[in-house]
Amino acid sequence: MGLIIKEKEFVIPGDIVAEGIDYLPAGGVFREKDKIIAGQIGIVSVDNRLIKLIPLTGIYKPKAGDVVIGQVVNISFNGWSIDMGFSNLALLSVRDATSEFIERKSDLSRYFDFDDYIVAKISNVGKGNLIDLTMKGHGLMKLRDGMLIDVSPSKVPRIIGKQGSMINLLKDLSKCQVHVGQNGKVWINGDNCEKLIEAIRVIERESHISGLTEKIEKLLGGR
Amino acid sequence: MDNISREYLIKFLDKGKRINGRKFDELREIEVDYNVSKHAEGAARIKFGDTEVIVGVKLEVGEPFPDKPDEGTIIVGAEMLPLSSAEFEPGPPSVDSIELARVVDRAIRESKAIDFKKLCITKGEKVWMVLIDIYTINDDGNLQDASALATLAALKQVKIPRYDGKKVDYSEKTGKLPLLSMPVECSVVKIKDKLLSDPCFEEEKMMDARLTVGVTENNEICAMQKGGKKVLTIEDVNEMIEISLKNSEKLRKLLK
Amino acid sequence: MVTATNAYNKRMDGRNFDELREIEAKVGVVKSADGSAMFKIGDTIAIAAVRGPRDLYPRFMQNPKGGILRCSYNMMSFSVDERIRPGPSRRSREITLVTENALMPAVDLSEFPNSVVDVFIEIVQADAGTRCAGICAASLALADAGIPMRDLVCAVSVGKVGGKILVDLNKYEEDYEDGSSDMPVAFLPRRNEISLLQLDGGMKKEEILNALELAKKSCVEILEVQRNALMGKYKNG
Repeated sequence: MGLIIKEKEFVIPGDIVAEGIDYLPAGGVFREKDKIIAGQIGIVSVDNRLIKLIPLTGIYKPKAGDVVIGQVVNISFNGWSIDMGFSNLALLSVRDATSEFIERKSDLSRYFDFDDYIVAKISNVGKGNLIDLTMKGHGLMKLRDGMLIDVSPSKVPRIIGKQGSMINLLKDLSKCQVHVGQNGKVWINGDNCEKLIEAIRVIERESHISGLTEKIEKLLGGR
Repeated sequence: MDNISREYLIKFLDKGKRINGRKFDELREIEVDYNVSKHAEGAARIKFGDTEVIVGVKLEVGEPFPDKPDEGTIIVGAEMLPLSSAEFEPGPPSVDSIELARVVDRAIRESKAIDFKKLCITKGEKVWMVLIDIYTINDDGNLQDASALATLAALKQVKIPRYDGKKVDYSEKTGKLPLLSMPVECSVVKIKDKLLSDPCFEEEKMMDARLTVGVTENNEICAMQKGGKKVLTIEDVNEMIEISLKNSEKLRKLLK
Repeated sequence: MVTATNAYNKRMDGRNFDELREIEAKVGVVKSADGSAMFKIGDTIAIAAVRGPRDLYPRFMQNPKGGILRCSYNMMSFSVDERIRPGPSRRSREITLVTENALMPAVDLSEFPNSVVDVFIEIVQADAGTRCAGICAASLALADAGIPMRDLVCAVSVGKVGGKILVDLNKYEEDYEDGSSDMPVAFLPRRNEISLLQLDGGMKKEEILNALELAKKSCVEILEVQRNALMGKYKNG
């Protein structure tokens, strides 16, 4: 009874993490009768009675309020289809796109054109994963040029860092623009980007080692 | 897959840099592995950075073409597996995989790498057919050159099985397949006014035009294929061939 | 030579009757895929890659209640002595179907309505047991991709060769002249549930039950190899 796999241990799908009714399943685990079982690869984390997994890999699950980065792949009469690397396209409707008044039948590509990258917020996730986006909010914008790097969505918190410490370090040392979407998309733009890409890959690969900040500083030539 | 705008890529190129950090005429790190399938008469796995292809060669006994009664033949096929790229779809070979196979075939055939007469078993009746199958494992650009190199590497391994007139005994080998030349292929892509060797996935996507050049060990050019939707100038071709001649030597040295 | 009266008292490759061939597994072998793995058992080598969840076309195939799993099993032309023509065959299509059914009970795609998760399996070198090796590789690739799973899937073939019940038949044993029965089995190891079961050849009910116990025991060994392969990629990550 109780915890069968200790905190910070590595688990794979099907591992029994705990038995009995002392614990409650949170993310990455599920309950089956009196057992709590790992549903993916991860590291066990116990918070009081809550058991969850710190995911090491995983698929982005859209939530309302998430800031994401996507690309315009289609323009219709009432809005834009946005590819954010999720299985379904998201919809940015005309009324959520700008505070400007857009007349009916006007050319929507003037606002967001094919292949444009945008930073947007998920306003609603409906049944069947119909995702609505909005551009109304702080820091939401169209991105010019640059490139999108795919990272594992499970590593996004590491790339941002505590209170944005890591992303600020990346911006300061590389002198590049960086935006991170919860969907595992990192947009970068600037002159010194090869090093920055390398740094992001290091964070992704070695997110659990100590001294990561120092390593990144060294890589980007700061201090 | 990373996603890059053309403007951004060109900005890099204008500063003399590539997004992957390589020089314009630089190849990626290349790995060769011969330990692929013991059931193939010859096989090889080639990696150009993250691009990976496997090529296997099988020999079968067949009838010669009526106009060449004392010559064997080669057949090259390519499977762009959906396993290897989000952009490849299941189903019969796409036009891209047909081009890939045909351009590999061209360099082998036109450089006369294989002595087809040596593949004759009984004139007018039985010859060896050399069946070359290319499988893509991961596409990070330039499957063409990787496939051509893997094909040559696999052919160099080929041992001919025993044939008693009725049945092929694959467990017994009689001898090697003699190769008369060593053709490799080098592709160079043009993006705006820049020429880049061994393009990665993003560069290949953004290219205006491509030239694949097949080169033998005597620096003879045995095959070419211009790809892409846009044009090349004579100066481009001159420079692209020059780059290919230089790189082809490096590729050939990798094979034992 | 082996004759019809030969009992199979000692295995050709010297293994015990309950002994698996040497296994090697590696996760993350196809860089551009969402998840991938290689699984080698004896001389049989399978690679698997997972792509998705992604949009499913044509639309009429979409399921608004959850994602669907779509498999494909293929042998490379040079994976066996007699060359296989590229493209689907009746055999590969049947194995694709049973592979899909073997993996389906382990995955939970309820969070991904209208989408598809593709699993591509390629056999590079074959020496019997290819569908089982493919399932083992695919299960690793699914876990690597982060697809929610109730359990991993482990598969192995058991059977009766020359009157002996044994595990993990090689090609020689599969072709044993008098009396070879081959029974590929897949287990969800924690749940002890069977998701693949086929039989080629004749066995009595008791023999089948004994063989299933042997398969179950062997799948636990396979699970440990799979666990180590996943750790190999993620533990220090």
